[in-house]
This record gives sequence, structure tokens and C-alpha cells, in this order.
Amino acid sequence: MPDTLRHYLIIAVPLLIVMAVLPSVYSNHLLLFNFVIFFILAQGVNIIYGFTGYLPFGYVGFFGAGAYGFAIMVMHLNAPAPLAVLVGGAVAVVLGLILTPLLRLAGAYFSIANLAAALAVLHLVANPALEQITKGPYGVALNGTFNPTMAYAGGILILALTLGIVVYLKNSSFGLALQAVREDSFSASMSGVNVVKMRTVAWLASALVAGLAGGVFAWYVSVFYPDNVFSADFSIFAIVFALFGGVATISGPLIGVIILYGIYNLIGFTTPQYFQLIYGLLIMALVLFLPAGLVSLATRRGWYVP
Amino acid sequence: MSPEPERLLEVSGVVKRFGGFHALDGLSFHVSPGEILGLVGPNGSGKTTAINVISGLYAPDAGSVSFLRSPVGGMASHKLVHLGINRTFQVPKPFMSLTVKQNVEVAHTYGNASDKALPMADLLERFHLAEVANRPASDLTNVQQKTLDLVRALATQPKLLLLDELAAGLNPTELDWIAGEIKTLAQSGLAIIVVEHLMGFIEQITDRVIVMNAGKEIFEGTLAVAVTVPEVVEVFLGGEHAA
Repeated sequence: MPDTLRHYLIIAVPLLIVMAVLPSVYSNHLLLFNFVIFFILAQGVNIIYGFTGYLPFGYVGFFGAGAYGFAIMVMHLNAPAPLAVLVGGAVAVVLGLILTPLLRLAGAYFSIANLAAALAVLHLVANPALEQITKGPYGVALNGTFNPTMAYAGGILILALTLGIVVYLKNSSFGLALQAVREDSFSASMSGVNVVKMRTVAWLASALVAGLAGGVFAWYVSVFYPDNVFSADFSIFAIVFALFGGVATISGPLIGVIILYGIYNLIGFTTPQYFQLIYGLLIMALVLFLPAGLVSLATRRGWYVP
Repeated sequence: MSPEPERLLEVSGVVKRFGGFHALDGLSFHVSPGEILGLVGPNGSGKTTAINVISGLYAPDAGSVSFLRSPVGGMASHKLVHLGINRTFQVPKPFMSLTVKQNVEVAHTYGNASDKALPMADLLERFHLAEVANRPASDLTNVQQKTLDLVRALATQPKLLLLDELAAGLNPTELDWIAGEIKTLAQSGLAIIVVEHLMGFIEQITDRVIVMNAGKEIFEGTLAVAVTVPEVVEVFLGGEHAA
């Protein structure tokens, strides 16, 4: 499939190389790491929202579950960090499986239920009665595995996996069928598509990448509280970045992260007092003038955007 | 007399309730390969509900639906598609943001009920969609969206095709054209059930009609005979015309 190869070569590979090389020329590694995390999360939102139409307001639930999956493996089983990251991804997939009934809901009802589910997981983890297992609201400190360089490399690998999934969805009949389900689920089933199975696969793939991202985030920061890794900011940012660039494309969410998270940090450093005003106006302008994202500037002219 | 043709679809005593309302109240009929069966009746008589039950959108509350002699009542739609049942919608439901070609491609990839090759380009050409093949379905006119619905259904190579008011909104030229196409499809062995209000169209294409009222069949036979039956005239025009 030449298109698939082209998408890898012009989007995925250059981005991965740039992100892998940047730490040696730019000293703010935490900022670069956060970019990697948001690339992953925005693409994760792209998988579930862009291709199937479910807007996950509680997307951070998977991220936090991954972070705590990592923490528990390290604290209680002394697991090596890479294994603990994989377990973080697995925990998120299990949470995704538990939440599959939510996919019966449509539109705003799904989003609200998903938000509630993420809060439920937060309060389960932060419950003081579970202090023995999760350290409850007091947070975890994982000094034994602290290794930002390796954690950053792990983040790059997870980003590669995520981009691989999105490139596949963009170019495969599976991705086309998912989009058909998004457009009209009954027509999709009359096209022979197993709607429930398709949605579930996309949902779990999206949960997996967020869980892995959460695991690697826990590895990188090593000290965190439930409120950090279950912060609604992760869901909101990932959704806004993905929408700003344009979903159901490979490049849209990436462009969204680069521009919006770039501006976010730029204004945050220089003129923090205007930050929320400028950011808010920018998002309002987007919703009003480009509801289908930046890529729609090109697609509405009939150009193909990978 | 020729032997009774094999029955492709057999609907018997099907009941579908919505709350206390019986949309279908013991509906029974059958259709054979190559036959065009008209399903007619006043609004609310259960025609579309019958199509929805046969195509798997609703499970019947009682009675049975069998296709190729196996029970299929309540089976998931995508499985029915693989067995060879497909349909169009009263209000066309294409995948709006996908191109015409992609719309057909999804059905062809996921829903193919036959191992025969199907040249997609010919299908698009035949139904006048070739020139818009790369446009999103949302750009199409209502009539084009209806034909796209039909082409999407045909891309799965069905054995039974359910057409829910395909003719509504077509101009006389388009009607003649689509009638010809439907007849050609039936001649190739496809069984077709047509739900329609346009009686001229029904008369032109069907071999047999089922007249429905209040969720049951009240007549089965040709349309020419149906209009002489007082009960049929009564449900369509009201009691005073039936004498």
C-alpha cells in the first residue's frame, strides 16, 4: 500500500526523528516530554472521536489508570519500569472493557457518562481506605525507577505505536468501516460491518495508547498525586488539540498540538496574565470559523489531507 | 401447473409491539427468488416496520422469519447482510462525509454475500454515479443519494432486496428508468420487496402484492384484483367507497 508508506515517511518518521533528536539540542526536557504525551493523547482522541464519533470527555481516566497501573507494579512488585508501562496499558484496556457499555450511549450522553466514569476511577484511586494499595490521596513517590532519559525514549516508542495505529486507520478498509459506523451505524451494519465489534476495537485501541502514555508519564515524573494524573486538563487539552487540527486525519491532531501547545507554553512563559484570554479567544474563533479544524482549510478546497 | 417455486423468505405470524401499539400483528407472507413483491397499505399499516424486522433493525416479539429455510428473526443486521438480505431506506442514509466510491467500497468489502466478482465501476456507471464517484455523499441530490443507497445494497450482492419507498420523489423519467433496473435485477434471480405509495409504479413492476392494514396482510394477489376487493378499497379510501 504505497499511501501507507508515504504517510509513514512524510509524517510519522520525521516527527519521531525530530522528537528523538530535540532533547540533545533543547534543554527543557520536561516540555518536550509533555509534547510527546500530548501527541499521543491527541491521536488517541483522534482514534475514538475522529474515526468513530465518540467524544471522550473522561479520556484522562485511561491515562490515570495507566499511571497508577505503573505505580502499583513498581511499588508492590518491584517490576522493571518498561514492564510496568505495559501493565499500565493493560490496566487501561481492562478499564476500557469495563466501560464498553457506555458505547451504547450517543453524543453528549456518552461524553457525560465517560466524564463521570473518569471521576469514579479518580475517587477510587484517591480513596484513603485504599492507602495500602494506591497510597490514596497522599500520592506516590517512585524513586527506584526514576530515569527521565529512558522514560522519554519509552514515550517516543509509544508515540510510534500510536502513529502506526492512526496511519493504519487512515489507509485501511477497517478505518473506512469505522468512519462508516460514525456516519450512520445502521447503514454501516447494512453494509455488513459488525458495528459493536468495530467500535469496541477502536475504543480499546484508544484506551491502550492513553494507558501506555499514563504509564510512561508516571515513570518520567515519578512523584505524583491522583489529582495530577486524573486532571481534567489532560482530557480537555487532548480533545481541543485534536479538534483544532482536524480529526480523522493523521496530521490534524499533530498540527493542533504543535500550534496550540506551543502557543500555550509561549504565552505561559512570556505573558501569563493574558494567557487564558488569548487561549479562550483562539478556541472560540476555531469553533466559530473552523469547526472541522485547521485541515478543513485544505479539505474544503477539495485537497486531500493525510 | 408448474410446481410451487422455492420460498426464499417466509414471514409467519410476526408480531412487533411498541409499548401497547401493535405495529405488526401477525403478519405472514413469503417471497420467491426472482419475484417482485409489492407491500402496500395506508400510512401506519406496518410496511416499514416489516422491512425493519426482516433487515434486523428490530427483533420480532412473536412469530418467525426464515430465510433460505433457516430462522433469522432477531439476527443482527450485519449477519443478515452476509446471508444475502439488504435494503434501502425511506430517507436515504449514505455515509455523508465519505465519497460515493468509499460508500460502496465499505459495503463491498464488509458485506459481500457472494463469491462472484462484482465490477464496482460498472455498477456506478449503470446507476449514473460514476461522474460523482469521488465526491462526498453529502454533495449528492436526494435522488442520487437514493440510488447510492441502492448501489450500496447491491454491492453486497444480495439475494433479497428490500426497497423502502425508493420511487418517492423521482420524476417520471427517473421512475421509468429505475423500474427497468429493478426488473432487470429480478430477472437475474434477485427477490425484491417493494414498499411504495405510487400505485402506478407498483403496477408496473410487481408480480404480486400484499395489502397491509393495522399490521396484518388483508389481501394477497395481483394489484388488478386487489382494487376489486371491497376490504382493500375500504382501507385505502374509507367505508363509503367500498360498496
